[in-house]
Amino acid sequence: MSVASSSPQSFPKSLFDKLWERHVVVEEGDEAPAVLYIDLHLIHEVTSPQAFSVLDERNLKVRRPDKTFGTLDHSTPTLPANAKGEWPYATPEAKTQVERLIENCEKHSVELLGLGDPRRGIVHVIGPELGLTQPGKTIVCGDSHTSTHGAFGALAFGIGTTEVGHVLATQCVLQRKPKSMRVIFDGELPKGVGAKDMALAMIAQIGADGGQGYAMEFAGEAVQALSMEGRMTLCNMSIEAGARFGMVAPDETTFEWLHGRDYAPKGLAWNEALADWTELKTELGAHFDKEVHVDARAIRPMITYGVSPDAAAPVDGLAPAPLSEAEHHAADYMKFEAGKSFSEATVDRVFIGSCTNSRLSDLREAAIVMRGRKVKPGVVTLIVPGSEAVKRAAEEESLHEIFLAAGAEWREPGCSMCIAMNGDSGQPGELVVSTSNRNFIGRQGKGVRTVLASPATAAASAIEGRIADPRPYLFARESA
Amino acid sequence: MSFEAFKTLTSRTVVLPQENIDTDQIIPARFLTTTVKDGLGKSAFYDWRYDEDGRPKNSSVFNGVNPETHKILVAGSNFGCGSSREHAPWALSDFGFRAVISSDIADIFKSNAQKNGLLPVEVDEETHKKLLASPGAEVTIDLEACEVTFGDGETGRFPIEPFARRCLLDGVDPLGHLLNQMPDIEAYEKR
Repeated sequence: MSVASSSPQSFPKSLFDKLWERHVVVEEGDEAPAVLYIDLHLIHEVTSPQAFSVLDERNLKVRRPDKTFGTLDHSTPTLPANAKGEWPYATPEAKTQVERLIENCEKHSVELLGLGDPRRGIVHVIGPELGLTQPGKTIVCGDSHTSTHGAFGALAFGIGTTEVGHVLATQCVLQRKPKSMRVIFDGELPKGVGAKDMALAMIAQIGADGGQGYAMEFAGEAVQALSMEGRMTLCNMSIEAGARFGMVAPDETTFEWLHGRDYAPKGLAWNEALADWTELKTELGAHFDKEVHVDARAIRPMITYGVSPDAAAPVDGLAPAPLSEAEHHAADYMKFEAGKSFSEATVDRVFIGSCTNSRLSDLREAAIVMRGRKVKPGVVTLIVPGSEAVKRAAEEESLHEIFLAAGAEWREPGCSMCIAMNGDSGQPGELVVSTSNRNFIGRQGKGVRTVLASPATAAASAIEGRIADPRPYLFARESA
Repeated sequence: MSFEAFKTLTSRTVVLPQENIDTDQIIPARFLTTTVKDGLGKSAFYDWRYDEDGRPKNSSVFNGVNPETHKILVAGSNFGCGSSREHAPWALSDFGFRAVISSDIADIFKSNAQKNGLLPVEVDEETHKKLLASPGAEVTIDLEACEVTFGDGETGRFPIEPFARRCLLDGVDPLGHLLNQMPDIEAYEKR
């Protein structure tokens, strides 16, 4: 060995460094960002039509249809088709948008999970579920919650429609390497607390722009102990702290979850993949531009009380007094009275679903709370599975019967009330407890007041008709 | 794709002092069922501009804003957070804005804006404060010099990624640059 500094082993690398290095086609320089290769491009109906139009205008083709995969989720109805097979679209435009993606995928030979396809679902649910999402891949989608896939040790990030066009045409994006940040959750989570609570506690601690410009790696005892579903929930919400990238190093939990899935490597290829994926972890002493510790032992079930996801607090606490002008504005909108217990707030509607919390484990969590109980009369409760596969699996376990018996609605898969562009929305002034990811003003319908929470908290709130701590329900079942 | 090149701009400001203005505010999701980029200006900040019956709100700062003379939006920190929808810069551009100034602009929005000729300008806290405090002020943005000038010749510098700056100055989307990398992309695929 002569010059140590030229050796790739000379500096300990982070998971992020490794993922980045593997995909650089052209290094970044003063003049231009890096050209980064994309292994998987997920597309949906809302952010792709204008990108396909650019291809048409410039007479370009989809360069790698084999690395492009489409689904329908945002504009799609969650009520079933009628006897004639007609879906109840909210508007003619929504139908046109869906038809446009079908046409574009046919024209460019891109595989699409259309309405009626037994594999269809929310883009960030189906990617992992089908085994398309794998450790070591670069994954993009015209959707900010693409960070979800980072749960598998992938470099996954949301892009705009112009960039969707770039990836369709070249299979690459132009991107400067962001700074790196490690968020370490120390200790074990208390009972009755889950990944959604971790995400909200972390965002409350660092702020809605605390991760701006960073790629985040989640680590620590509480993260390692999370299921894949939990890791997806956590990575999903890294964008709510401003970070486009969230990731967790792959481990046995990851490998076990992926094994045997449709698009996961098989046979000898599986063994080779495992050997490679095992390398994808942060080495001791790797550099991070920023490191944050969150005390997992101190996290309680969390809710949001404002109009930005960092306005989050323990569900069993009191509404804080607004300090800044922005907080006063948020408090006026949300109508939480300072010093009063959150449990005094009457709930009008509950939504359990979205790319954050619509997987089987989320539905099981809600079902534990709702089993044998009734939703408070008047509280409209929508339960929307993340995919057809989740729906089938839940029905095999009869979870839907628990929900229906409780008085909740059991819908077809889709984004539904998370983005409220398919006709599912709240009414002005309503308080909605939602397992989705954004509590922005009007996000779930004009004038709707959104409270973000875990599936257990949302289910408990549906039962009580007010914001409710889920722990008594979860513990009661345990001791029974 | 190309758009109007951005060299210098002198115009008046519209000020939205709120922090964390997310892309759902810039254009609500119900307007995203479009399949084209054009005509979204009428939906920009729709719920800030119109009441439940679609009548202009008396309280809206957009009242009386002439898009011909007010091409610069000054906003609170963390502007453009949330969803990656490129409809947000499309809507602002179509409304008539050519630049957004804040102390801190969300990553995806910034990247999307740059690709559509809408200049995101991140200024220091002090400059930001002064601009927030003077709605309707005339501001000059010089992209060659990366400088904003306002008031009695006060100036502030702003950083911008050099490649995005080049594309804005030339009025081009970076797709051409990427297509020129094809030999390297093909070589990468053969590795």
